[in-house]
Amino acid sequence: MHLCTYLILLAAAEQTLADSYVTVSQGHADEADVHYTCADFARQATAHVEALAPVTARYTDRREPEPERLRPDGLTTTRGGPVGLLRDLQDLYQLVSLVDITWALVGQAAAGARDRELIDTVAGCHGQTTAQHAWLRSRMRAAAPQTLLVAT
Amino acid sequence: MNDRVVEIWGERTPYASGDAWPDRVDQFLVDGVAESDVESWVRGACLLCSNGCGVEVAVAGGRIVGIRGRAEDRVNHGRMGPKGLYGWQGQQHDRLTAPLIRQGGRLVETDWETAMSAVVERSRNLLDTKGPLSHGFFTSGQLMIEEFYTLATIGKGGIGTPHMDGNTRLCTATAATAFGESFGCDGQPGSYTDVDDCDALFLFGHNVAETQTVLWARMLDRLDGPNPPRLVCVDPRRTKVAERATVHLPIRNGTNLALMNALVHQLIAVGYVDREYVAAHTVGYDELAAATADATPEWAAEICGVPAADIVAAADVFGTSDRVVSTCSMGFYQSHQATAAACQVNNLHLLRGMLGRPGAGILQMNGQPSAENNREAGCGPALPGFRNWGNAEHVEELARLWNVDPLVIPHWSPPTDANAMFRYAEQGSIGFLWIAGTNPAVSMPNLNRIRRILSGNQCFVVVSDAYRTETTELADVVLPVALWAEKTGTFTNVDRTVHLQEKAIEPPGQARSDLDVWIDYARRLGLADRDGGPLPAWDTPEAAFEAWKAATVGRPCDYSGLSYQQLHDVGGIQWPCNDTAPAGTERLYTDGVFVTDRARCETYGHDLATGAGVSAEQYSARRIDGRAILKTTGYQPAYEVPDEQFPLRFTTGRTVFHWHTRTKTKRARQLQDAAPSMWVELSTQDAARLGVGEGDIVRVTSRRGAIQAPARISHVREGTVFAPWHYGDSGFVETAANDLTITAWDPISKQPEFKVAAVNVQLIRHGDGPAPAPTNTASAPVDATITNPGR
Ligand code: SF4
Repeated sequence: MHLCTYLILLAAAEQTLADSYVTVSQGHADEADVHYTCADFARQATAHVEALAPVTARYTDRREPEPERLRPDGLTTTRGGPVGLLRDLQDLYQLVSLVDITWALVGQAAAGARDRELIDTVAGCHGQTTAQHAWLRSRMRAAAPQTLLVAT
Repeated sequence: MNDRVVEIWGERTPYASGDAWPDRVDQFLVDGVAESDVESWVRGACLLCSNGCGVEVAVAGGRIVGIRGRAEDRVNHGRMGPKGLYGWQGQQHDRLTAPLIRQGGRLVETDWETAMSAVVERSRNLLDTKGPLSHGFFTSGQLMIEEFYTLATIGKGGIGTPHMDGNTRLCTATAATAFGESFGCDGQPGSYTDVDDCDALFLFGHNVAETQTVLWARMLDRLDGPNPPRLVCVDPRRTKVAERATVHLPIRNGTNLALMNALVHQLIAVGYVDREYVAAHTVGYDELAAATADATPEWAAEICGVPAADIVAAADVFGTSDRVVSTCSMGFYQSHQATAAACQVNNLHLLRGMLGRPGAGILQMNGQPSAENNREAGCGPALPGFRNWGNAEHVEELARLWNVDPLVIPHWSPPTDANAMFRYAEQGSIGFLWIAGTNPAVSMPNLNRIRRILSGNQCFVVVSDAYRTETTELADVVLPVALWAEKTGTFTNVDRTVHLQEKAIEPPGQARSDLDVWIDYARRLGLADRDGGPLPAWDTPEAAFEAWKAATVGRPCDYSGLSYQQLHDVGGIQWPCNDTAPAGTERLYTDGVFVTDRARCETYGHDLATGAGVSAEQYSARRIDGRAILKTTGYQPAYEVPDEQFPLRFTTGRTVFHWHTRTKTKRARQLQDAAPSMWVELSTQDAARLGVGEGDIVRVTSRRGAIQAPARISHVREGTVFAPWHYGDSGFVETAANDLTITAWDPISKQPEFKVAAVNVQLIRHGDGPAPAPTNTASAPVDATITNPGR
């Protein structure tokens, strides 16, 4: 069954997201809110990976071959300047969007499978991902006019 | 009269619950002046803290020679504190009397024409080439309503920049956001008269004994009267408030939300909840209960470093009292989870239905005297009249008032906060920054960075001030302005009391009021409304006030029923004041209906964990419709926590004798002598470990800088280092507390973190006497034989 495939995808995407948050947090340390918030989000994403491990372990015996290009790529370096920051946040946004919808899809499957442990894991983690998504959106929207109209 | 540097709060006039606070008129005339020498007593209010005591200024020979409290004023009943009595004298020394302009790297005197031409030329040039977002205005919480509203009109209606904020961001932004999150709109629910009726007082991170001495005098008079209220104090220092407390919770700085979540947990667990009120007037109870379910007193005790039994005792005081007044201030506001912690104060009151009736009230404090006006008039986090930038109708209303295209008014995201403004100035995308009436080169966090930003070439800096300050020295143009009592205008205190300060004397030299300066700027820039009429359409204080009244009609901060004449006659009057409430309004939300209606609210709120905005659609979907919103989030450790290299928790604060960066108070002899220079406070335990004795010179170091000062061994809690942030003179920059603080802020209010920075302390050398710190305040030495400096 492919629920296992998606649990693996989710853990991998959360790990990539955590690493990308760390990259952005360090690469944009002069943006204090980005620095601290992304560091905090990285801890959340890492905790999500850990939360998924025991559930995933229960499904590994029903693992199927993965489709190609299952796992997303993350940010390994940051870009410079205000426009670079905006673009980096957009990359994060794309990653979080993937993680967010994956949590939703896994949640659907968990309900279908009547897997109470997984339903609880989704309930505990998905909200944080959605909040990360909302924060990135707010932050980019606020920065966009200055970045696109005045910044050099 | 008593020496009020010694007798800070004056004589007691005890009173019982439900009685009126007795009058006591305090007066100070300078040496050699008798009452018979006073030619006129000019009415107004003190502008040296957010209390806004009603006063009369004594004038003789064109000079201010003294001051006295107004007995009939609702705020102070005649009283004044040491800052108010003595501080105004600072206005008579070292004033800026002519504009300055930078030439060849130095500031030189010039005339208004030259200075304003330079300002306008740079402004016009940038507007033409880069547009409105190249402009930023950083103001203070010490200007008049007329000035704030005029600047808001220029900036948001004329130029069209969202980059307008005040140093109110540093002191009171969290009060505004906490109100917005809980009640849908800014606006103090309670009234000072609630102190007269309460049976319990909770002071959250609020050293009222030093920051608003006259409010503390009112509380002291209740504490010394029959049936005194029980008092709970949350403060890592043993303040004068703590000394009188039934329960003192000296929590580790940076752990407020852990404590607050535990208090809410305890109210719910014990069943101290007014179920009817909660059901009828709030939303979010289940979420609040879930979010605090694990926040037991034992859990919080571990984090906060206080006994669980004391947390339980505090919750019991809240749960068993009938009329609770809570105040909340900088200890909560200048912290990493500021808005969430302040919302929990609101939540305690909502859970108990302790709102909108005599003795049951919330006072989310302001620091500065007119911080409220910065917030409401549109120079800070909201559009004028607490209008919602995310509500197209509200933007339309403003456009109609100003007769401008709504598209001009920035409404695509929240008004820019000070942190972001300074960041844009650092990067040069704000190329024109006008700073008025504030000294960010001492008051902002991480000063090395701020000085670099202001002195760099990437941004043209205009500073309006009455003195040369650390900030004016970095400016390109400096404009000399009039101070309090040198101009006419209104301002509003913590409990919505509006006062009119009438002009008593002429400003010195060429100094002009900020209002005149900004009108001049607007006219030179040629700002116009849709029909080509001048914008702003006024040029006198009274006309500005009338325009402001029109802007507030129907909004929660309705001023439409007020007039200069009425304010002159009566003294302080509380908004809203309109046709239905011509004498003003004592308490908000007496009917349990809040400003959360979607069409009326100032904000749709935020996620308290991240600060992400709630959308209009999400907000509408909740059908909040006039009910208050219960919300919190989980506790997180501070941005920077102690480690091996920096093992102590640094916090900054105030002393009773000084105001901000001391521009006025250091020039008032009595106040300056009482607290002449910098010190830092260490606990007995930490001092012993470090081998530091009273008065020894220590170096305090953080990741951002170091300061050096004599140590006071005080009753601060172990592990915490306290430093006043008033001392930052150029040339002695190593004493500025904000050299150590961190660049980080609360995600919703964007108020900077001043209450936790990890530091280490080293002994430099032994001192030759006690530290120059006051002994009759929270800075009192453990060694009781030490006396006040200057005595
Ligand atoms: S309490 Fe505040 S407003 Fe009143 S006299 Fe003192 S400084 Fe002035």
